[in-house]
Formats: sequence, C-alpha cells, structure tokens
Amino acid sequence: MIPRRPPMTFIALVLLAIAAAASLFLGRVNISPAAILEGLFTADPNLAHLVVMELRLPRTVLAVLVGAALGLSGAVLQGLLRNPLAEPGLLGVSSGAALGAVVSIYFSLATAFSLATPLLGLAGALGAGALTFALGRGGTLSLILAGSAVSGLMAAFLAMALNFAPNPYAAFEMSIWMLGSLSQKSWEHVLLAGPFIAAGIAILATLGRAIDALALGEDQAASLGIDLDRTRLLALLGVGLAAGAATSVTGSIGFIGLIAPHLVRPFVGYQPSRTMLPSALFGAALLLLADIGTRVLHTSSELRLGVITSLIGTPFFFWLVMRLRRVAP
Amino acid sequence: MTTMAAHVVTVRRGGRAIVDAVSATLEGGMFVALVGANGAGKSTLLSCMAGLLKPDAGDVRLEGRPVLTLSGRDLAKRRAYLPQSLRAEWPISVERLVALGLTPQLPAFGGLPGGFEPRLTRALEACDLTDHRFQAATTLSGGELARAMLARALIGDPQVLLADEPVSGLDPRHRLDTVARLRRLAVEEGRLVVATLHDLTLAARHATHLMALRQGRLIAFGPTATTLTPGLLREAFDVEATITGAGRDAIVDYVGPV
Repeated sequence: MIPRRPPMTFIALVLLAIAAAASLFLGRVNISPAAILEGLFTADPNLAHLVVMELRLPRTVLAVLVGAALGLSGAVLQGLLRNPLAEPGLLGVSSGAALGAVVSIYFSLATAFSLATPLLGLAGALGAGALTFALGRGGTLSLILAGSAVSGLMAAFLAMALNFAPNPYAAFEMSIWMLGSLSQKSWEHVLLAGPFIAAGIAILATLGRAIDALALGEDQAASLGIDLDRTRLLALLGVGLAAGAATSVTGSIGFIGLIAPHLVRPFVGYQPSRTMLPSALFGAALLLLADIGTRVLHTSSELRLGVITSLIGTPFFFWLVMRLRRVAP
Repeated sequence: MTTMAAHVVTVRRGGRAIVDAVSATLEGGMFVALVGANGAGKSTLLSCMAGLLKPDAGDVRLEGRPVLTLSGRDLAKRRAYLPQSLRAEWPISVERLVALGLTPQLPAFGGLPGGFEPRLTRALEACDLTDHRFQAATTLSGGELARAMLARALIGDPQVLLADEPVSGLDPRHRLDTVARLRRLAVEEGRLVVATLHDLTLAARHATHLMALRQGRLIAFGPTATTLTPGLLREAFDVEATITGAGRDAIVDYVGPV
C-alpha cells in the first residue's frame, strides 16, 4: 500500500485559479463582478472592458508567468544544488537583469523606446548567466561561488549607477524599479517576457530525472547516466531565461523562488522532480496574492510588490533557519 | 559471459601515475576484492572501470567495447556503481530511493510505470527492506542505508557491480551480511562484482578473486586461495602478516610493520 497524500498539484491549481480570479475582480477601481464578466466577454469598449482587458488581465497573466518562472527556477536549483537555500538570484541572473534595467534608466533610454528597460534587463540577465557559467564550469561548488561573485559584481555596478545618477529623479526611479512591481504592465510586457519565460520553463521541465538522481549524490547520479555538466548548463540556461526575463519586466522580487518549493516539498514526499510543477503553480499563486495585496492595501504611496514578498518571505526564512537547526544535528 | 577488461589503464595526477598501466580481464561469476594500502589507486581504478573517469592512457572494455564509447544510459543499464560514503540528500522514502536505480530504464518524464512495481518489491525484499519501504531514507541507520543503496544498484539488474568500500562504517554483522550478499551476486547469479575491501579476513573468506594494487601498479591478480599470501601482504601493505586456515576459516592477522 502506498500512503495517500493530498494531491498537491490539484490544491495548487485550485489556489491559483482563486488567486487569478481575485486578481481580475479586485483593484483600485471598484467595478462590480457582473460588469467585469461582461467586460471580459464583450468587445464593447466601455470602462469595465478597458480596465479588465488592458490593465488587470495582462497584469494577471504576467503575475502567473513571473511567479511560475520564479517558483520553478527555485525548485530546480534547490534540487540541482541539493541546498534548501538556493533561489533564482543565486546564480547572478537576477542582479544582471537589475543592472541592465538600471542602465537603461541611467541613460533615459526608456523615454525613447518604452521596452528599453525590459530588453536591457534581459540582456543583463543572459550576460550575467553566461559569465556565471564561464566562471563556474565543472562543479557544483564552483557554480555557487561563481554565482555569488557575479552577483557581487553586478551589485557593485548597480551601486555605481545609483552613485552617479544623472539627477535625483533618475536615482529615485532606479531604486523604485528595483523594488519590483506589476503595475503599469501591458500586453507588450507579456509578449516580450512570455516567450523567454516559456522557453526557460520548457528547458527546466526536462531536468526532473536528473535532479531526482542527484538525491543520491553526484557520483551515483553520473553512474546512472546523468550528464552532470549538461544538467548544470541547462539549469543555468533555463533559470537565466525564465527568472531573467521575469526580473527584467517586473524588477527584483525576492523569496517566491525560495519559498514555493519548501511549501510543497513535504507534501510530495520530498522527491525533487515532484516539487517542480506544484512549486511553479504555488509561485504563481503567491505572486498573484502579493500583487493583489499591493492593490487593495491603501497606502500613501504604492506599496511595491518586492516589499510585500520580502515582508512575507523573511519570517518564513527565519522559520526555515529554526527548522534546519532543529533537524540538522 | 560478461567480461570487463582493463588495458594498460593509466591515470596521472600532478605528474605522478596514481594508476599505472593496470591490465586485467575480469569475468562474470567473479567476486573480486580490490585491495591495497591507502592511496594505492583503488578508487581511481574503480572509477575508470565504471566509465566515470577517463584514463590518461589505456581503456576499459565491457564485452569488448570501450566503456567510454557507450552512452551514459547504455552503460548505466549494464553496470552499477556504488561510491564511498553513501548519503541520501533528501528525506525521500526508501522505495523512491531504490527506484532511482531504474533511471536509465525510464522515459524522460512521468512517474514509475506500473510494470516496474513488482521489480521494486522484489528488490526491496532481496535486501530485507520491506519494513522500511516508506521510511525516509535520511532516517535509516548506516547498515540499512547501505542495504538500500545496494538495492538501488541491483534493481536495474546490472551485469557488473562496482562498489567502493561497501563495508566501511558497518558493524561486524552488517559487514558479513553485505559481503555474503556480494558473493551470492557473483557466484550464484553470475554477475561480475568488484569491491574495494580493507578487511582482508573478509576478502580471504568470501572473495573468489583478489586484485592487489601498490602505488598504482597491479601486483597480483588471481583466485584468492592462491593469491593471498604473506608475501603479497608484505609487498602491498608493508606489514608482516600470518594467514591461518583456508576458505571460510581463513584468518588474516597482522603481526607488525615490516
């Protein structure tokens, strides 16, 4: 007899559906649910239609894509590195994206071309990922070290950009961008980031067997026919595309990639490959909920998404530390 | 009959040959104890035989084909390898840990196909793990974990099993258990089993063949009864030893340094 566990994927799907619906129905502008449904399914260009189709729907879709990218990246990296603290930012990809975006703000490129910020962010993410891979070939430890070295380098450039900001407004814009947000995101952003996120997710999805076998350690995984170098390359590429594209459109959003795998892991028997799908769904649901929070909590200036995820994520981190201390001798 | 042949296998590290032109032909049915002092090159030779390490010169052939030309998956179906210091990295159940041994047989996606279920049950039974089937692998004792990893290695029904120090860290009862199991795999089931062993009494009693390394060179290879002599032990380990009894009653006793 195999003991029954709650079907985690199903639970995550239900949660995601609820969160997505709430994201469509809740917002700063009060529109009745009936009007929203009408707006969704008619082409009549009234206020409800515009708000739902042009504001809330792209925002919801983007939140799902970004949250799934972060959740899946976290699950794969934790499996690959067999480290519960691994998260998408570990490989320098997120800080590379942040640097690219900040450079575009520094040179006011966004005024000339509205998608300059995400495009440069993407370039930064891929560049940082390539640098990490070039430095960290050939071993898990060297990959982690290379990732933190690249993160450090990117952070140094970020600080420099802030330091030499052409005017206080640019400095302000850079810091705000780094707090992460889904507001003022349109279909353009979805179309820009979507293909990269989808490609990254597709690459990461192939790594289930490899990260499962790594539960036996690297030597045994290799003896089972797992090509470790190839696995590391694909993981870095997948995370670079998925998390890099996500960060380049939304700014830095911490903790989703760290938390989502931990929330699902005990319910799927700790098997790394089985955390992947529920973790992506949970990541999407968590990000949607956090984004709804930014919209319904009325604060004097907009509460940024990255702030909420950090506020929720940090206590979780404390809990994780306590638990690890209890479990590990 | 399975054959695995090493042909002048040489591995150099820092200008020194840690495996030096080792040639030997091993066959199914043999339980080979690979012995030698620390740093003699046992683990490195075993890694080369497993196809996990590319020798600087020479090659290892399985059924006449160089192991490095076989695809990882193909090779994984034919030979199983157990490294030193086994560890489960996640608290997955014993059943899942053992099923990981089927990785090369499985399609790229999805869970364990139903057809493998009886095989999993048999593998668990063969290594006395039925009671631990749903236990988290990280909570197993050393002996239980060693059995679980052995079940993991055997579930894919490999022709060759290469184990690096399979009994280190085990208590006497589990040492006897493991070595007896390895011998059965070779003698009764016709597989080739190669294991590095430090306990020479165990090797003398159970191994059908002995391979001895000294500073990377193969100094002896042959049936245990004729190969294991005080002279060999002096050469391989720099110790004076006496060997009393033979076969299942053999005792290797160390008298002192040379």
